[in-house]
Amino acid sequence: MNEIVTPKSLGLSREDLPNSYIGRSVPRPNARKLVEGRATYTDDVTLPRLVHAAFLRSPHAHARIVSVDPAAALAVPGVVRVFTGADLAKVCDPWVAVLAHLKGMKSAPQYPLPLERATWQGEAVVAVVAESRAAAEDGVAALAVAFEPLPAQVDMETALAPGAVVIHPELGDNLVFTRTAETGDVAAAFAAAHRIVEATFHTGRHTGVTLEPRSIIADYNRADGTLTVHHSTQAPHMMQNVFATQLRMAEGDVRVICKDVGGSYGIKVHVYPDEMAVACMSKIMGRPVKFIADRFEAFGSDIHARDHRIKGRLAVDAEGRFLAFDIDDLTGIGPYSVYPRTSAVEGNQVVNLCGGPYAFANYRCTTTVVLQNKSPTCQYRAVGHPIATTVTEGLVDLAAEALGMDKVAIRRKNLIRDDAYPCTSPAGMRFEGLSHHASLDKLLAMVPVEKIRADQLEQRQRGIYRGLGLASFIELTNPSPFMYGIGGAKISAQDGCTVRMDPDGSLVALSGVTEQGQGTEAILAQIVAHGVGVPVSKVKVVTGDTQTTPYGGGTWACRGAGIGGEAALQSAIALKEQILEVAGAMLQAQGSSLDIIMGEVVDKATGQVRMPLAELGRIVYYRGDTLPKDLARELVQTRHFITKEYPFAFTNGIQASWLEVDVETGMVKLLEHWCVEDCGRVINPMLVDEQVRGGIVQGIGGALYEHCIYNEDGQLLTTTLADYLVPMAAEMPDMHVGHVETPTKESLLGAKGAGEAGTAGAPAAIMNAINDALSPLGARVLAQPFTPDRILRALGTIA
Amino acid sequence: MNRRIDITLTVNGERVSRSVDTRLHLIDFLRMELGLTGAHTGCEHGVCGACTVRLDGDPVRGCLVMVASLDGSVVETIEGLSDTGEIRDLQEAFVARNAAQCGYCTPGMLVTAADILVESPEATREEIREHISGNYCRCTGYQAIVDAVEDVLKARRTSEAA
Amino acid sequence: MKWPAMGYARVESLDELWQVLDAAGPEAQILAGGQSLLATLSFRLSEPSGLIDITRIPALRGVSVTGGTLRLGALTRHADLGRDPLVAAHAPILAQAAPLIAHPAIRNRGTIGGSLALADPAAELPACMVALDATIVVASRSGERRVPAADFFQGLFTTDLQPGEIITAVDVPVATPASRQTIVEVTRRSGDYAMAGLAAVLAVTADRTVDAARLVFFGVGSGAEIARGASVALTGTKLTQATIAAAQGALAGDLDPPGDLHGGPELKRHLARVLTARALGPFLAPAEQAA
Ligand SMILES: Cc1cc2nc3c(=O)[nH]c(=O)nc-3n(C[C@H](O)[C@H](O)[C@H](O)COP(=O)(O)OP(=O)(O)OC[C@H]3O[C@@H](n4cnc5c(N)ncnc54)[C@H](O)[C@@H]3O)c2cc1C
Ligand code: FES
Ligand code: FES
Repeated sequence: MNEIVTPKSLGLSREDLPNSYIGRSVPRPNARKLVEGRATYTDDVTLPRLVHAAFLRSPHAHARIVSVDPAAALAVPGVVRVFTGADLAKVCDPWVAVLAHLKGMKSAPQYPLPLERATWQGEAVVAVVAESRAAAEDGVAALAVAFEPLPAQVDMETALAPGAVVIHPELGDNLVFTRTAETGDVAAAFAAAHRIVEATFHTGRHTGVTLEPRSIIADYNRADGTLTVHHSTQAPHMMQNVFATQLRMAEGDVRVICKDVGGSYGIKVHVYPDEMAVACMSKIMGRPVKFIADRFEAFGSDIHARDHRIKGRLAVDAEGRFLAFDIDDLTGIGPYSVYPRTSAVEGNQVVNLCGGPYAFANYRCTTTVVLQNKSPTCQYRAVGHPIATTVTEGLVDLAAEALGMDKVAIRRKNLIRDDAYPCTSPAGMRFEGLSHHASLDKLLAMVPVEKIRADQLEQRQRGIYRGLGLASFIELTNPSPFMYGIGGAKISAQDGCTVRMDPDGSLVALSGVTEQGQGTEAILAQIVAHGVGVPVSKVKVVTGDTQTTPYGGGTWACRGAGIGGEAALQSAIALKEQILEVAGAMLQAQGSSLDIIMGEVVDKATGQVRMPLAELGRIVYYRGDTLPKDLARELVQTRHFITKEYPFAFTNGIQASWLEVDVETGMVKLLEHWCVEDCGRVINPMLVDEQVRGGIVQGIGGALYEHCIYNEDGQLLTTTLADYLVPMAAEMPDMHVGHVETPTKESLLGAKGAGEAGTAGAPAAIMNAINDALSPLGARVLAQPFTPDRILRALGTIA
Repeated sequence: MNRRIDITLTVNGERVSRSVDTRLHLIDFLRMELGLTGAHTGCEHGVCGACTVRLDGDPVRGCLVMVASLDGSVVETIEGLSDTGEIRDLQEAFVARNAAQCGYCTPGMLVTAADILVESPEATREEIREHISGNYCRCTGYQAIVDAVEDVLKARRTSEAA
Repeated sequence: MKWPAMGYARVESLDELWQVLDAAGPEAQILAGGQSLLATLSFRLSEPSGLIDITRIPALRGVSVTGGTLRLGALTRHADLGRDPLVAAHAPILAQAAPLIAHPAIRNRGTIGGSLALADPAAELPACMVALDATIVVASRSGERRVPAADFFQGLFTTDLQPGEIITAVDVPVATPASRQTIVEVTRRSGDYAMAGLAAVLAVTADRTVDAARLVFFGVGSGAEIARGASVALTGTKLTQATIAAAQGALAGDLDPPGDLHGGPELKRHLARVLTARALGPFLAPAEQAA
């Protein structure tokens, strides 16, 4: 635990006082509106003169747009206007999604609607604006758009081969980015190895499926030249900058408001051309335009992720020590890198993260990021982590089998020691403090391994195949400007929080981080209540409005608690000091002899109540005449926070999956799942557990069900929720979550991120469990999702 | 055949008369005509369950109900179920267990969960899971929802026994 | 997507239905539970000129038994099948099938008539009806027709229904003491349409001789697929592991499954064999079951 956050060192109330909320499972204050149907999602907002947009989307993976005839569409009742790419380009500059620190990266300029060619099936090509969404769709149906289909580059494996269709000829080829990290002498390590294991893994292309689809209302007001955007987004300030820059407006004239968001998971942190088109159309028309993606559009235009083929090799010595990892990653990202985070980051993360939990000296990892005519891919929950963890943990299990070693023992032997920090991984990642061994111990205390192994043997006699799989992982959280800022992206790594006290003694906290269900607002309220010393019910939190909240990055890459929470804590502490100074003046006492507990100023030594905050507020705001003239009266403080020592705060954890494979049908039944993770200081254990559980199930989705399937022509076949399988309740296991706490010393709060841990480790744990189950039958699966078809093929049941 | 139909129905205990477009499903009607935005759509093709509302006493997919066909029907939405207090314990359990994260699935999930309370008061965890399958939740991983429903079933059984 | 523009008419009797059907023309469609029809409208795959709502026709409702026949009105909902005591007693396979169909909210609206008229190749009820040797009762302005289920289903989403005809009811021969009925399927997730499924109805004597067998697969072809070879392999002999194996072997000639997103024909054939054993295993002599 950090020294700094003890009540003594902080001058905070004692941890066992009623308003000591950090570390406590306080229910979310904003959950009530969710269960009563009183939340406000973007589609719930209506505005005067609102019109609705629908898009004609390319039916081809690659085609030239020959002509657009809007006449019939314009004749449809209710249709107001039709816009082409050329119409919108007049008010909007194209963007190119590259980051300077990803050396050599290239991508093509992208417009809200393409000017000449459609480059993936599902790309918005023409927009129709009408009085209702239904009328706009009628208009789309009536449009006459002539396409000339072009050969499509669908397969990423051939994207760089001679004869490939070069998707953007001006780029010369389809190579977006490649990077190799190399440390030590990999060749020598492999030459000297006792055993070498190798395998080729695939992670299936999948997508986020936020239950609330992407939603936006852009409202350009000609009278004052402002653009107000109601947006279902994770990063309002980033979007404010993007709208302003691309639409050639002053940033101050753009306001992004983001009320309730129906799920995000990384899907809603990107710049989508159709959403930019909506802003353009509002600017041109001078009236509000709404676009709510429907589910078909979502499948064809939300970002996809994790379309990777990874070849991995691991060299081990006779004792089972890891000598070297050698990994080659290939990923297809669609026809454009996605703005502004870029689509090279996922591959780059694979390079950063492979082998991450382990101590070894020699490392080589290459990622190759190529263009193809499929939906663009970009960052989705746990970016790159599940891929790196799958490869690493898959190889570790292979090594254990090759050596005849126990799967726990091989991990025990190679996990970085808990006393080895700070240290730097062979991939160049700096670790401040992790707890792999403590986490493994905790996991083993939770998982009844012996009982499971006994059951496994017994069941095998009866032809029932069960398996236990483990996966250690690291997770990158609290990103600094090293993630995006240094590459030139206007993505804030710092975040701010303003806390003020109002006359009745209640507090309002305004924060630059955002809420999409993680519980951001709840933990901010807890932190502020804890920091100032009031009941949590006295804190109201405001997020998601660029005009009222301090400038910040929003919520992504697990930064809400670690960065936003720290800013809130620091401003709460500052406000408390200020309140006590005023109280001291009123009570003729030293501020330092006073404290605030449950909304009352008390004598620190005796705990005797001296004055409720409401009384203090009354005097400051209404009877300032009674206070000393030179006393500062603003009961408001703002602090901003950015991490400075480490580019990222790494967290770690380990998962275990216990499951049964029906070897006749190839179906996998999940029996139980465990996760121990270390996200530093836990602010609200219940919320962390629920983040982990939700994350695990998304990981399970990728491992067993979810797959964006394309045919050879680049046609997406999984365009409905009946075809694209999202985990449902019946098949999900009960999940047990445990914690180890290694707070980061970069902040008072010591919190790191927790939102992606579940997703990072679950697919690998499941893969290893399936392969453990199948091991007596000599079968192994390495391509996700692990469908009945793939399992039966691995078993040789079908060819 | 008509493209506008006159209907009178009862929504959350209030009589509502409208001339409705035949293209409208129940959810768009509730949201656009009545301002009852608690019901959501997540797919509009019957799979996700975000649109689950109660129709003549049964949970249904609101996106697969033509509002023009509802003359004389009784519709209850999350707003109505909240106002009557019928599922207050369930709502409290959802809050206590953090069974709602983004909350988008929650109104539909609650209508389905309320059905369990009535239809199978003895439901096991597996039966709860089975019953709420068909209501997607992308955030929670379902366990907290199962816990919340289980809590309420237990509490209701205890209070009935008492 | 939003539904296309279309008309709507509600009818309260069959007579009224015939009139509206005549006036509406061939582009109009019958609306029952809407659980398939309205979903497809949101794909804008079909654009009917209008929907004729039959859910308020009393003559299409109700479950009753007369003589040896269980009559199920076309508007019988999947949820009703799952809880009706007459269904449980006289056609247990239908009670078993109900919870396999979709999810509770869909079962509360979807009707047996709609499911049979749709003839989805992966649907449970068409296969059950063929296995039960049920009779589909069809009516039009010109009267009633009774069509054996096996003749009613004619392929992918295709039935014997003629323009102007609707399903009014299904007549199911009631189960006898010799009846053994079971439905099994493989689905990726609970409530999904089946990757492969089998509805099996057998008559088995006290000494486990199979007097009659109808094995009907779904999800492995263009509709409810009668496995004639497998059914013959079982009939007239005692049910044993060996006859089950023979039935499995016969499937090669019975089924010619197309591939789908779950996998290719070979996967489907394999699952059909597995389901055959799983469906029939429980009817084996206890001694053989354990083996
Ligand atoms: C998410 C989801 C999952 C599903 N899963 C399954 C599943 O696993 N198994 C399964 O079997 N089904 C499944 N269904 C479909 C469901 O069972 C439908 O209820 C059923 O297929 C159609 O019945 P309906 O009453 O809703 O018919 P409708 O949708 O109203 O009509 C379907 C078709 O039948 C016609 N029709 C309806 N009634 C009659 C009649 N009496 N005479 C003549 N024509 C008529 C209509 O004109 C239309 O063409 C699923 C549906 C959804 C939305
Ligand atoms: S919106 Fe109705 S089921 Fe998805
Ligand atoms: S809480 Fe977000 S979908 Fe359920």
